Amino acid sequence: MAAPTAERPIGFGRLKRKEDARFIRGQGTYLDDIKLPGMVYGAVLRSPYAHARIVSIDTSEALAHPNVAAVITAKDLETLGLAWMPTISYDTQAVLAGDKVRFQGQEVAFVIATDEYIARDALPLIDVEYEPLPAVVNARKALDPDAPLIRDDKTGQTDNLASATWEAGDEEAADRAFAEADTVVTRDIIYPRCHPAPLETCGMIADFNPQTGQLNIYNGNQAPHAHRTVYAQVAGLAEHMIRIQTGDIGGGFGNKVPIYPGYVCAIAGSIVAGAPVKWIEDRSENLMSTGFARDYVMHAEMCSKDGKITGLRVDAIADHGAFDSTAQPTKFPAGFFHIVCGSYDLQASHVKVKAVYTNKAPGGVAYRCSFRITEAVYLVERMVSALALEMGVDPIELRMRSFIAPEQFPYETTTGWTYDSGNYAETMRVAMDIAGYDDLRRERAEKRERGELMGIGVSFFTEGVGAGPRKHMDILGLAMNDGADLRVHPSGKAVVSISAQTQGQGHETTFAQIVAEELGIPPEDVQVRHGDTDRSPYGLGTYGSRSTPVSGAAVAVVSRKVRDRARLIAATMLETRPEDLAWEKGRWYVKGDPEKGATIDDIAVRAYSGETMPEGMEGGLDAQVIYDPPNLTYPYGAYIAVVDVDPETAEVRVRRFIAVDDCGVRINPMVVDGQIHGGLAEGIGIALMEVITFDEEGNCLNGSFMDYLVPTALECPDFELGETVTPCPHHPLGAKGVGESPNVGSPPAIVNAVIDALHESHGVTHLDMPCTPARVWAAMQGRPEPPQ
Amino acid sequence: MNVSLTVNGDQVSREVEPRQLLVHFLRETLDLTGTHWGCDTSNCGACVVLLDGKPVKSCTILTAMAAGHEVRTVESLERSGRLDPVQQGFHEMHALQCGFCTPGMQMTVRALLDENPDPTEQEIRVAISGGICRCTGYKNIVAATRWAAEHQEA
Repeated sequence: MAAPTAERPIGFGRLKRKEDARFIRGQGTYLDDIKLPGMVYGAVLRSPYAHARIVSIDTSEALAHPNVAAVITAKDLETLGLAWMPTISYDTQAVLAGDKVRFQGQEVAFVIATDEYIARDALPLIDVEYEPLPAVVNARKALDPDAPLIRDDKTGQTDNLASATWEAGDEEAADRAFAEADTVVTRDIIYPRCHPAPLETCGMIADFNPQTGQLNIYNGNQAPHAHRTVYAQVAGLAEHMIRIQTGDIGGGFGNKVPIYPGYVCAIAGSIVAGAPVKWIEDRSENLMSTGFARDYVMHAEMCSKDGKITGLRVDAIADHGAFDSTAQPTKFPAGFFHIVCGSYDLQASHVKVKAVYTNKAPGGVAYRCSFRITEAVYLVERMVSALALEMGVDPIELRMRSFIAPEQFPYETTTGWTYDSGNYAETMRVAMDIAGYDDLRRERAEKRERGELMGIGVSFFTEGVGAGPRKHMDILGLAMNDGADLRVHPSGKAVVSISAQTQGQGHETTFAQIVAEELGIPPEDVQVRHGDTDRSPYGLGTYGSRSTPVSGAAVAVVSRKVRDRARLIAATMLETRPEDLAWEKGRWYVKGDPEKGATIDDIAVRAYSGETMPEGMEGGLDAQVIYDPPNLTYPYGAYIAVVDVDPETAEVRVRRFIAVDDCGVRINPMVVDGQIHGGLAEGIGIALMEVITFDEEGNCLNGSFMDYLVPTALECPDFELGETVTPCPHHPLGAKGVGESPNVGSPPAIVNAVIDALHESHGVTHLDMPCTPARVWAAMQGRPEPPQ
Repeated sequence: MNVSLTVNGDQVSREVEPRQLLVHFLRETLDLTGTHWGCDTSNCGACVVLLDGKPVKSCTILTAMAAGHEVRTVESLERSGRLDPVQQGFHEMHALQCGFCTPGMQMTVRALLDENPDPTEQEIRVAISGGICRCTGYKNIVAATRWAAEHQEA
């Protein structure tokens, strides 16, 4: 076996990605690259109104078009039992609107034609008569007694409450902490609606064979096994007759977790048309109708005593839009929002969250976030900086005083989380060193003398990722576990099948590195198989930074199972007892006689040969596992943003961004850094540009990339990264997950920096995102927007 | 209507609808699916190809407008089994994750280096600012461009 090098690690290390070979040649296979024989094309007619009764739908003119094969409406779906579908939060969502439309862009009819241009030509030929109704677009106003009722389809629903108040923490203890406090700050903080906007939009090819009953689905989604189960339930098809293949996925970021009406229409369309149906949404459809993120309206109070943070009270409203399709484990209706107590050793906290329906697109999904942790981290980190401002203390100093200390782990938070490990102050100090914190403060003082607006913002986050333990967490009754199946072939080369689903995270490389680390098989000799429900074990997929914490653990455990089997075979080969063997990467050898051993290659040959196997053992060298994580993992990090605000235009520029992440052991540091870069860019987008807004009639104002602004290379600085490594004590590799950390941690650092830039000169103490020039300018003029 | 143009060095002639976009001609008619579509509004750059050597967004050009011109797509970068330095640079510097923006980004960078073989970081950022990447935060695309600049064949 060739010796490992830094360029070619057999195990963990910087290894260039296998998947690049096809992508740099333009040879990836994304959904729209697939053409099936006889395929026809679907297009969705959408509602122009946010809230309107449907009086009539006339499809005759569209049907008369010579190249239109079918037009499907709610009436047709009713006969198939597909007019409504369950959401991932046990609500129901109209597949095609029959009674009324409840958000602008809602699906009303589905046209199938011989090509995509014609399918879209036919949409305006459908005549829908609407009776417009007043729309509800503001979460706080949704509960006004005279607010129009949105969900009159739901028996017993008399208001726009989507879920009852959910609480965490101890209200009385929190009240006591506030009664005893020296300083209290209060803020109304909005985490605005934004959208993951992956570069590839959502779509599906459905191919139903009426003769065999087999349904083949091509669909880039983040959880193919869970999707298959839901399709089986919704469509009444046999689960084993459904196959989902994802192909390559052009980004997901949470947007490709849910099942959308267009998917069900494509499946119904294939059943009706008797041909494969391709449906791919355009960018406006993606932004206006698929899973948005956030939309949390929060009221918060934080207090301190003797110079240290002691208490937190939060009252939040979640705006789910017209249907509750929030992505979260069943027992957590506000997701993991109650991690809002952050990285601090608080005396007490209390959190209340309720949810409302509005006439906006349904959601919300976790945009590069683990179930509302982004909202929680934003809130607590804004509040800590607000409290520091009120106390006249440096924001890092207040954090340092209030951190959970290393010796307190495992640490039970005031809202019930058990953080497993951490050394927060060390990570904060590394960030201060990289930033040159003292120099930055001197520079800021000098610039202020000259009238320049420079700000320094800090955030320190703790995330809970890798959902989750089956005793606590499920989605639609499905345990949040992941399978792995490892087969070592006679040649010593291996195939590992996983249930996690890459959308660009590099699983084909990093999961091969896990097998390499555990078995000593070079990563180029390990094929990672995924993205096909017929060829991978059951599991819940990739979101909530759960690939490495759950699926990565599964691959480590299954590799160790194979290693244990290999030990028994090696003992037979070496005519010794298994307990007399020791392991070095790739080889079992006899303790005290290291020359005498068997490599994994030798053992693989033996396992498939005609030679004797150990007593009671079948041939072959493979294993499978379902991994149930004992706890979440808790990555954390210290982020510092340096911004300049143009005094003339109020434009905010992120000049520097320092991110120090502790995600435990890093399997491929190159891939980890890449994940952090991408998350930081999306965080800059959310902080400064990305927002989905509506006018009073519920018209979506950000339905294209002309209006929904995402950062380009010009808005992103040259990110400066650092790391500390505190291994997760319960993860087999000590890893914690990282994909979402940068998106969770960066928005509060940036907003804190903008407020820091404007506080002294302009008296600004609060700003909501996105910090656009118009909003920052208004704040500089002393007329911030009123709270919603 | 009949349209003749050069694509990746080959002369092609096809009957097309007058309204057909160049991106659809490349993808649907010629099966060159390396060029991607992402937004409809010329904002994302996933569809960038070179038209007579200049980067253009093929979702904003009709096939008919490309008649008589020379189009280069990502499929033309590798020649005789040798990767273009831009492709190699993207791999070396981890300048791609999901790969969806990659062909457009690579063609943009190819055009930049053809015009400016030794660009500064700021020149690179300006050149690629017509494209969107949701995965990399651009840092490694800048680094890959520098790598390619430093590894150009003479």
